Amino acid sequence: MAGEVITMAHGGGGTRMLELLRDTVFPLLGDAALVTAEDAATFELPGGRVAFTTDSFVVKPLLFPGGDIGKLAVCGTVNDLAMVGARPLFLTLGLILEEGFEIRLLERVLRSVAEWARRAGVRVVAGDTKVVERGMADGVYINTSGVGVVPGGRNISISGAAPGDVLIVNGYLGDHGIAVLVGREEYGLELDLESDCALLNGLVESMLEAGEVHAMRDPTRGGLAAALKEMSAASAAAIELTEEELPVREGVRGVCEMLGLDPLFIANEGKLLAAVGERDAEAVLEAMRGHQLGADSRIIGRVVSGKAGRVSVVTELGPKRLLRMPSGEQLPRIC
Amino acid sequence: MKYLDDFRVPGAVRTLVRRIREQGGEHTFMEVCGTHTMAISRAGIRPMLEPSVDLISGPGCPVCVTSDRDIDTAIAVAKLPGVVLATFGDMMKVPGTEGSLADAVSEGARVRVVYSPLEALQMAREDRGAKVVFLGVGFETTAPTVAATMLQAREENIQNLFLLSFHKTVPPALRALGSLDEFSVDGFVLPGHVSAIIGSDAYTFIPDEFGIPCVITGFETTDILQAVSNLIRMRTEGPAVENEYSRAVRAGGNPKALSAMEIVFEPVDAEWRGLFVIPGSGLALKEDFRDFDAGAWQVELPERAISGCRCGEILCGRIKPPECPFFAGECTPESPVGPCMVSSEGTCASYYLYCQEEE
Amino acid sequence: MCLAIPAEVIEVLDEDVALMEIGGARKQVNISLVDDVSTGDYLLVHAGFAIEKVDEGEARKTMELLEELARLDEVP
Repeated sequence: MAGEVITMAHGGGGTRMLELLRDTVFPLLGDAALVTAEDAATFELPGGRVAFTTDSFVVKPLLFPGGDIGKLAVCGTVNDLAMVGARPLFLTLGLILEEGFEIRLLERVLRSVAEWARRAGVRVVAGDTKVVERGMADGVYINTSGVGVVPGGRNISISGAAPGDVLIVNGYLGDHGIAVLVGREEYGLELDLESDCALLNGLVESMLEAGEVHAMRDPTRGGLAAALKEMSAASAAAIELTEEELPVREGVRGVCEMLGLDPLFIANEGKLLAAVGERDAEAVLEAMRGHQLGADSRIIGRVVSGKAGRVSVVTELGPKRLLRMPSGEQLPRIC
Repeated sequence: MKYLDDFRVPGAVRTLVRRIREQGGEHTFMEVCGTHTMAISRAGIRPMLEPSVDLISGPGCPVCVTSDRDIDTAIAVAKLPGVVLATFGDMMKVPGTEGSLADAVSEGARVRVVYSPLEALQMAREDRGAKVVFLGVGFETTAPTVAATMLQAREENIQNLFLLSFHKTVPPALRALGSLDEFSVDGFVLPGHVSAIIGSDAYTFIPDEFGIPCVITGFETTDILQAVSNLIRMRTEGPAVENEYSRAVRAGGNPKALSAMEIVFEPVDAEWRGLFVIPGSGLALKEDFRDFDAGAWQVELPERAISGCRCGEILCGRIKPPECPFFAGECTPESPVGPCMVSSEGTCASYYLYCQEEE
Repeated sequence: MCLAIPAEVIEVLDEDVALMEIGGARKQVNISLVDDVSTGDYLLVHAGFAIEKVDEGEARKTMELLEELARLDEVP
């Protein structure tokens, strides 16, 4: 379908829509449950608690260094499931397409969805397509819902961090947000940097084999700062970070310094923050470093007894500063 | 040579803190630069120097001191048909009488956040049908970049780029502060980047007229501590202007930047949020550039709310934030009234955060 | 108030524009407000413009002073 674009008829429920599904969507995402004409997918779930989540994806540009909106949509939802210790099993895929969107691009996005779903070991079992008039959306928006199962014995919750726990992240902060910013070409920046967009479920499995993890969060929008504030608030314990241990690439720091942004507030899409009991910290850290997505893992701070939501940063020189909850989008500033 | 981390030397910090302790006495110094405020807060410099040195934050953030009236004007201009307002990101959340620029965007105003005024020029080049208005905010550091952009626009005969100039200048504000009754600050920590433009000679009136010392300095912890130590020394040796930021600041400043400013702008009286109208502290477009002046456009402004904000007194160190009737009630970081709350590192915003966290 | 950061000149592209680098991130910066810019210079960048040169000699003096202060810290 090279050169062809989405028209309003593709969303009309008639023959054009069936053609789009038959010629474009199904060949790329050919799950048996998806291609049936049923109104709902039915499946058996293995034993354990069911984890269920949903997320919508809006990104500009749709293709960015290190990923695209399709990869993002799968990784985002799989990662949300992984953060509660669930093994992801099924995804739904909702597409909102803008009239005039190139079918070639849609195919690229769907190929990406298929590829990353396969790698995550999840099936895309249900979907929906809507078309909106030109100007009412920005190319394509995607919603994915995900179902997974938490094996017995796992008890991971954002409220599970306890004083004494060690906080670990699996690598450099802010790569996704800055890669996308550079990809937008708005501020004339050049930087050789890929988004960290990745599937974290494999890494989480190896962590949980190595030891007990109390709390996890993927620091996406709002960056690590938001994840820490949320964990501290939910767990009713304070957090102390060590400034020098916060891993930020030189290029990311450079862009942040230039535009007046704070890397702690920049989005990640392949990072996790974990609170691990002190006893298991070394083992979990070692397991993480042995995983492809955790080679740069490090301990960045501790959970301490103190007020819920209080996150302080201890600097090289001793004194502390309090971390604020990010409010709204980070914008370039002069002051 | 790398210039980012090289000046962050922990050993030097410890030596300087020890030196300041040994110097003794009690001192209140004011820093008048938002980036200093930020650096002092991030590095935790205040607790290092307590209780002998009290560092207070003056009106050093050009965004925060933009008056609600000027924000109202920017919003009204942004809502005019055919207008795209280009602004630095800092300005989006600063409140006017009826909300901020961010609120205006929700109501349909066209506003684009830019990193440089050159992006506004580029927008004007690319869309000749749009009236691109740049919201000119900033001290002497920023004003020359805007002046250079306007000169470029004139050279290219771009007729759809306009400027709303709310630029302000630092020396008139320092003079106004120093002239206040009850002004009891023992020295100024002067801004590094404003000084890079205007030069250290621009401040000689401070020791001459007010008898207090001042130090121009950079933004590393060591820079700021060095400035504090020098101020204490000058309180006994006699007041002067010292330049600790000699790597970027010369006595006469940057002549090219000063000349660009002089071609484009002329001083006018300007209102500082939370303070008052300071004579000669604003920069307006000169007669030659009237065609570019969006400030001359007719817009309807909302009736101005009466404010009882006491930021002026807080900025001068006369009262602490809880003594202001608005603090933590009408005025919070989410819906700030005065400049001390607008800036996330402002005196009131910091105070609010710490009270919330520590109670 | 004003965020300005030192960046290195990688290449002077024309009279008014240089490609500058900070920590691997590159950006074209307007250099019309600064005189005699050449490759390897460090300039303070603010809002897309170079606003002043960083004086290497003065920077070195400050560094030496800091090193001296750090040495004093080690003396018991």
